[in-house]
Amino acid sequence: MSGLCALTIHELADKLDKGEVTSEQATRAYLNRIASLDKSINSYITVDAGGAMTQAREADSRRAKGERGPLLGVPLGIKDVLLAKGLRSTCGSKMLENFIAPYDAFVTGKLRAAGAVTLGKTNMDEFAMGSSTENSHFGSTKNPWDLTRIPGGSSGGSAAAVAADLCAGSLGSDTGGSIRQPASLCGVVGLKPTYGRVSRFGLVAFASSLDQVGPMTKDTRDAAILLNAIAGYDAADSTSANQPVPDYTQGLEDGVKGLRVGLPKEYFGAGMDDDTAAALRATVDMLKDAGALVSEVSLPNTRYAVPTYYVLAPAEASSNLARYDGVKYGFRSPDGGGLLEMYQRTRHDGFGAEVKRRIMLGTYVLSSGYYDAYYLKAQKVRTLIRGDFLAAFKQVDVLLSPTSPTPAFPLGEKVDDPLTMYLCDIMTLNVNLAGIPGISVPCGHSAGGLPIGAQFMGPFFSEGMLLRAARVIERASGAMARKPSL
Amino acid sequence: MEFEAVIGLETHVQLSTKSKIFCGCSTAFGAPPNANTCPVCLGMPGVLPVLNEDVLRRAVMVGLATGCRIAERTKFDRKNYFYPDLPKGYQISQYDMPIATGGAITITLADGAEKVIGLTRVHMEEDAGKLIHGENLGHPDSSYVDLNRAGVPLLEIVSEPDIRSAEEAKKYLEKLKAILEYLDVSDCNMEEGSLRCDANVSIRPKGQKEFGTRAEVKNMNSFRFLQRAIEFEIARQTQVVTEGGRVIQETRLYDSARDVTVSMRGKEEAHDYRYFPEPDLPLFTASQEYIAAVRASLPELPDDKRRRFERDYSLPRYDAEVLTASRAVADYFEEAAKGAANPKIISNWVMGDILRLVKERNTAPQSLPVTPAMLREMVTLMDEGVISGKIAKTVFEEMANTGKAPRAIVAEQGLTQITDTSSIEAEVDKIIAANPDQVASFKAGKDKVLGWFVGQVMRATKGKASPDVVNEILKQKLSA
Ligand SMILES: [Zn+2]
Repeated sequence: MSGLCALTIHELADKLDKGEVTSEQATRAYLNRIASLDKSINSYITVDAGGAMTQAREADSRRAKGERGPLLGVPLGIKDVLLAKGLRSTCGSKMLENFIAPYDAFVTGKLRAAGAVTLGKTNMDEFAMGSSTENSHFGSTKNPWDLTRIPGGSSGGSAAAVAADLCAGSLGSDTGGSIRQPASLCGVVGLKPTYGRVSRFGLVAFASSLDQVGPMTKDTRDAAILLNAIAGYDAADSTSANQPVPDYTQGLEDGVKGLRVGLPKEYFGAGMDDDTAAALRATVDMLKDAGALVSEVSLPNTRYAVPTYYVLAPAEASSNLARYDGVKYGFRSPDGGGLLEMYQRTRHDGFGAEVKRRIMLGTYVLSSGYYDAYYLKAQKVRTLIRGDFLAAFKQVDVLLSPTSPTPAFPLGEKVDDPLTMYLCDIMTLNVNLAGIPGISVPCGHSAGGLPIGAQFMGPFFSEGMLLRAARVIERASGAMARKPSL
Repeated sequence: MEFEAVIGLETHVQLSTKSKIFCGCSTAFGAPPNANTCPVCLGMPGVLPVLNEDVLRRAVMVGLATGCRIAERTKFDRKNYFYPDLPKGYQISQYDMPIATGGAITITLADGAEKVIGLTRVHMEEDAGKLIHGENLGHPDSSYVDLNRAGVPLLEIVSEPDIRSAEEAKKYLEKLKAILEYLDVSDCNMEEGSLRCDANVSIRPKGQKEFGTRAEVKNMNSFRFLQRAIEFEIARQTQVVTEGGRVIQETRLYDSARDVTVSMRGKEEAHDYRYFPEPDLPLFTASQEYIAAVRASLPELPDDKRRRFERDYSLPRYDAEVLTASRAVADYFEEAAKGAANPKIISNWVMGDILRLVKERNTAPQSLPVTPAMLREMVTLMDEGVISGKIAKTVFEEMANTGKAPRAIVAEQGLTQITDTSSIEAEVDKIIAANPDQVASFKAGKDKVLGWFVGQVMRATKGKASPDVVNEILKQKLSA
């Protein structure tokens, strides 16, 4: 039944609708595949076999009563940064190693209502801080295309699970590229919605003003289906947008004829590897062939994105992660001592190196005497970066760039070099700083057979258009047809 | 050298909303530990705050009632520090864009002069929980956390350093409390901590413009303690400076048992709270329509009520001031004065015996057995000459103890004033006959003896004789 696991969400739902397969069969197939393959990939932190089978049987009985739905009985993997009531939610951290979620995140609640089956919680960089999933307390996730390479991060577990057919689709979170970059490196579709499009309630906060939940799927139609399920206003998230949610599958096949596509010149400079550059040139040709109008544009403040991001994101993180203090839940150092010692030992032992690095960075930039020079200045630059995009979207409808400057790199290569690692997100950070949506779609492969992703960026709430543009590349490149050999 | 104190007060007011500021949990006082909590106020991973609109409304009410400018755009900020009663590791507060700024509160000084105390700002924030130490509960070496109070809405109201004495500070807080009570935004219970006050106190040589170094005094949970703590602090600083020392900037706790302030040095070092804008709550705007609607909903405030009492009831300023200091007392007075011939008499009784009972019984005037209608009826009995002022005292005590109506008390105890001249004349005759010496000295011009005769007659009639009638008859008979 391994063919069953290779199905997209919409293909599986179609078979479920026709009665050719049950959710119980599909779920068992995935659980078997996870059992045999995930030891080498490590895409899941927690597999909830019992819960998944129960949900599958419930979905089957709902279908038997005539209920239909694009996710009813479809097995998914959920990034461990999203709470699912009753399931362990670790965030990839020792700090929450035994933390059982007391409530459902908005998005997991939506999936539950839609009848989706949760196979388990996928691996990630600790508290979503990283670009390689090497910062997980539960071990690195391996790239299914080459087990000696990283899958990208921080949603590396979700990306690898989708690429290796260990789930039909998954949810990730994206603060600076954490959906799009691993999607690119694992050859799947990853969409970061407009800030506010999807509720953050129950998404464990890394950087509140940048975090968004989004789909990671085998194709663009699946991304549209998952986005349909999770998008929408949530009164429990004050930053949630009270905007109508269109059906994102509508118009998916409408093409890009007459669409104005901008190539930001700052994204095509030095540092990009040759295969990636070639794949992007081919992508531009595909767009032109499909009738798009391609031109060069400029986003002049692009070069400030990395320093701006690495001031603002750690600043918010230093505050968001203060709650992990050993007092109420999660890890507490057993070494006793007084209150201060308990705090110090708990946070020293409970957090990994990268998380501590960012907490210190964030604490520093918010400190009295440094706030104006760092945090305040970064906020101003953020406004400039957003202004770049707004100006560009007066000239063009959508922007195109690589998602990552290089394909997947070997495990361990950059893990001890944070500055080099931070540059992995150079193509994606801006989108979060601006609050706009971005999508990564497979557009080709490197000479070594590693996936390469193209990124489309659009104005606020332009997810439908991004999916449509990505769908053109998906069809023209045929990149999705290639699968990792496992 | 003569010194002058410079005092500013920071008051924390717990708002009496039904639910907490950022979640739906109850704010009820006295629930079992951690009963009034949810993932949001427990600071669970992934939770987000949503502002309770009722908190904003009350903050705007207080701002408008104190003449503040309501900010067009306002935001929340995070104040970061670690403490076990602070579940998120930060308090959501307002830093540089508070909801209201630049108001004032007018107090009346002992000499009757008015003084305006400026208000720097009013801002919204969440309360922290509280720690219970193990000696009273569970393991003696452990501390326990109760987060029922975490997320209860607070207003912080900061005054300008316009206050010059402990007496002024007390009057300022009394007036602020009166305004808050009138607005019905807080129960203002100082013992339960719903009204808390810190004082910034410094001294400077009289005439000097620059401020001296200030100490922040905390932990004053009554008006008396506020006054005592400030008095102590002024005396302490004066002594330090007089002896050639320098006041240091520090936080001091008032110890009410010893009536001193004690330095907290070492315990609370200068914190760097790393304030930054709360990213989970977007900047928001209070529209002009919204502000106008809140303004229209404001009740009559103490100063307006005082002016109306002076005008409508022809009360002296002092009376109106005392009566309107509390909305409950003012309401009691107005009820009692309804249709009363002489509101000033009602005012005397409310300011005297009613307030005495309120204090003795530690209750609201509305809860006393003496209802406003009963008080009015009793005054009517006096006006009608049925009882004397002296008998009224007896009737009042009886009402206060039994809750019986005044007419019933008068009837039951036969307290009706004797105005029948023949029975009084008989008593007068008896007393004159029995005291020839006193009669002689009256006739010799000692007018004071008349008072003695009146007393004798009143005693003989058990106070029921009308003093006017007694006087009249005595003068007649003695001069005869
Ligand atoms: Zn709560």
